[in-house]
Amino acid sequence: MYKLFLRSLISVLFLLGFSLNANAEFKVGFVYVGPTGDHGWTYQHHEGRNAVEALGIKTTYVESVPEGADAERVIRQLAQSGHDLIFTTSFGYMDPTNKVAKDFPNVKFEHATGYKREHSNVSTYSARFYEGRTLLGHMAGKMTKTNTIGYIASFPIPEVIRGINAMTLAAQKVNPDIKTKIVWVFTWYDPGKESEAAQALIDQGADIIMQHTDSTAPVQVAEKAGVWSFGQASDMQRFAPKSILTSIIDDWAPYYVERSIAARDGTWKQQDTWHGLKEGMVAMAPYNSAMGSDLVKEVEQLQKDLASGKAHSFTGPIYDQKGNILVAEGAVADDGMLAGMNVYVKGVEGDIPQ
Amino acid sequence: MIKVEKRNDISRSIYFLTPVLAIFLTLFGGGIIFFILGFNPIEALKFFFITPISDLYGLSELLVKATPLCLIAIGLSFCFKSNNWNIGAEGQLIFGGIVGGGVALLFYNHDGFYVLPIIILSGAFGGMLFAMIPAILKTYFNTNEILVSLMLVYVAKLLLDYLVVGPWSNPEGFNFPETRQFSESARMPILFDGLRIHAGIFITLITVFLSWLILYKTYLGFQIKVSGLSLKTAKYAGFKGKTMIIIVFMISGACAGLAGVGEITGPIGQLHRNISPDYGFTAIIVAFLGRLNPIGIIFASLIVALTYLGAETAQIFLQVPKYTGQVFQGMILFFLLGSDYLLFFKIKFLGLKKNEL
Repeated sequence: MYKLFLRSLISVLFLLGFSLNANAEFKVGFVYVGPTGDHGWTYQHHEGRNAVEALGIKTTYVESVPEGADAERVIRQLAQSGHDLIFTTSFGYMDPTNKVAKDFPNVKFEHATGYKREHSNVSTYSARFYEGRTLLGHMAGKMTKTNTIGYIASFPIPEVIRGINAMTLAAQKVNPDIKTKIVWVFTWYDPGKESEAAQALIDQGADIIMQHTDSTAPVQVAEKAGVWSFGQASDMQRFAPKSILTSIIDDWAPYYVERSIAARDGTWKQQDTWHGLKEGMVAMAPYNSAMGSDLVKEVEQLQKDLASGKAHSFTGPIYDQKGNILVAEGAVADDGMLAGMNVYVKGVEGDIPQ
Repeated sequence: MIKVEKRNDISRSIYFLTPVLAIFLTLFGGGIIFFILGFNPIEALKFFFITPISDLYGLSELLVKATPLCLIAIGLSFCFKSNNWNIGAEGQLIFGGIVGGGVALLFYNHDGFYVLPIIILSGAFGGMLFAMIPAILKTYFNTNEILVSLMLVYVAKLLLDYLVVGPWSNPEGFNFPETRQFSESARMPILFDGLRIHAGIFITLITVFLSWLILYKTYLGFQIKVSGLSLKTAKYAGFKGKTMIIIVFMISGACAGLAGVGEITGPIGQLHRNISPDYGFTAIIVAFLGRLNPIGIIFASLIVALTYLGAETAQIFLQVPKYTGQVFQGMILFFLLGSDYLLFFKIKFLGLKKNEL
C-alpha cells in the first residue's frame, strides 16, 4: 500500500513538473506545405524558422502537410502541445487555421497569403512580390531582342495577376513594343509541366523566361536554350548561372523574428501585414553583370526608389486590355485595388482563365 | 542447393496471424531505423504509436483518418478477391467527390433533411459510374483494367482542377482554386462536440456488414471467390464472368465514391484540389494487410491511419522526418509479403550432391 502511494505520488509530481515545464517554455510552431528541401517556397519559410531558432526560441515544424482534412489536425496538435505562436504557411490552411484559432484563444496564429481573420488571435501576412516584378520588367524590357517576354503563371489569383501586370507595365516603360505571353500551368510546383511551359514560350519567340512557380526547371530550360531568366522565391543562380539575371527572394526571417519576440513579450496584436522591398520581406539576389553596369545601376536606383516610396509599381495612367483607364494619370493604385486585381493591363496577350 | 516448394497445408489461424507478425517486425525494424537516426527507439515508437491516440481527440482523429481507408479497401476487396485489379480507386474517390460536391453546391443555402442523403447517394453513384469505365472496357474490349483504371485517376484529378479553378470556384474567393463552403445541411453531422468524428463512420460500418453478407452469404460472393481461385473453374461452372466483373467494379467504385463524398461533406466542407492525400492508393495496402477480409480490413485501416498520425506526432515532438510514416507503411507491406512467401512456400536446404560439383 505504502509503495503504491509512493509510486503514485512520484508519478503525480512528475506529471506536474512536466506540465509546468511545458507551460513555462515559449514555443513557436510552423506548418509547411512542401518538404524543407524544395529550394523554393517552403525552403524560404524554413530559413525564417532557423532565424527564430537562432534567437534561442524553441521552434517546431511539420513539413508536407496536405491542404485537405489533415491540416486542421496538425495545427490543433501544435496548439495543444504548448506552442504559443503558430505560422501556417500556405493559402490552403486558411479555414483550418481560423477553425483551430477559435478553440485556442490564448495561442496566436499567423496565416500566410490568406484574407480571413475571423478571430482576434489570427493575423495574416504576405509580401509585395509585385515590387520585385517591376524590377524584372525593367530588366526584361531592356534585355529582350524579340520584344517577347514569356511568363509561366500558376493560378489566376490576384497575387499572380498583379505580378504579370507590374512586370508588363515596367517593361513597357522602357520598351513600348513589349508583349507578354503567358502559359498557365495550374500548379505551384511541377518541374515537368514548368519545363514544358518554358520550352513552349521559347518556341513562340520569348527570349526572357519568368516564372511564378517554385521549381528550378524553367531557369534550367532557359539556360540550355541560351535565353535570359529570373529565379523565384530563393536565389536560383547556381541552377542557371549564365541565364539568370536575378531572383526575387522571399525573406520571411525578419517578420518571423519580430512576431515571435512580440508574442513572447506579450505585445503581439492582430494585424494584416503586407511588406515589400522597404521592410526587406521582398529582396533581390545579386544582379548578373552580363546585363552591363549601366543597366545594373538603373535597376539598383529603381529598387531604392520603390523601397523609399518615390516610385510605385502601379503608377497611372494604366489601361486594361480594352483601353479603359484603370488608374488615372499621376495617381497610384491603392491596396484595395491591388488585393482584388483581376484584369490584365494593356500589352498582356490572352485572357485570364475563368 | 536450395529448393522452393509449395506448401499444401496452410493453417487458417497462421494465415490471419502473419499480418500481426508483420506489424511486430515493422515495429522492430522501425526501432532500428530510429536508433540509426539518433533517436531513442522506445521513446520514438511511443510518440509514433501511443501518443497520437492517448486522448479522445486522438482516437476521434484516428477514426476520421481510417474511415475513408476502410471504405475504399472494402470495395477493393471485391475486385481483388475476383482477380480484377482496380488500381484507380483514387480516381473513383475524386469523381465521387466531384458529383457529390456538385450536388452540394446545387443545394447551396438549401435546408432539408433530404439534402445530405441525396449528396451521399450521388457521390456513391459518381464513383460507381467512373469504375464502370475500366470494367466495360475490360469485358467488351479486352483492355487491361490496371492501366485504364490508373490512367483515369489523372482524368479525374484534371477534371477536379478544371472545376475548382473555373466554373465552380467561389465567387467571393478571389479566384483561389476552391469552391464555396457547403451549407450546414450538406455537412455530415458531428457526433461529439469538439471532435471531428462524423456520421460517415456509420456508413462505413454498414458497408462492412453488407460486404460481409455479400461475400460470405450470397451466390455472388461464392462466384467472386471461385473466380479468384481459378478463372477456369468459374467458367466451367457456368458463371457469367462479364456481369460479375462489372458488378465488382461497381461495388468498388461506389465505396470509393462514398469515401470521397464523406471527406468533402465531413472534415473538409468544400471542394478543392487536395481532397484526398492519395487515400485510393494507400487503401490497396490496407486491403491486403486486412487479408481482403471485412474484419481484417477494419483493423488494417486503423493501423495504417495510425502511421499517418504517428508521423505527425513524432515530427512535432522529436522532429523525426515526416516521411518515416511512409517508410512504416512500406515496411508493413514488405514484411507481410515476405512472410506470405514463407507461408505459402517452403524452402528446403539440400546438401550438395557430388556430381553437381
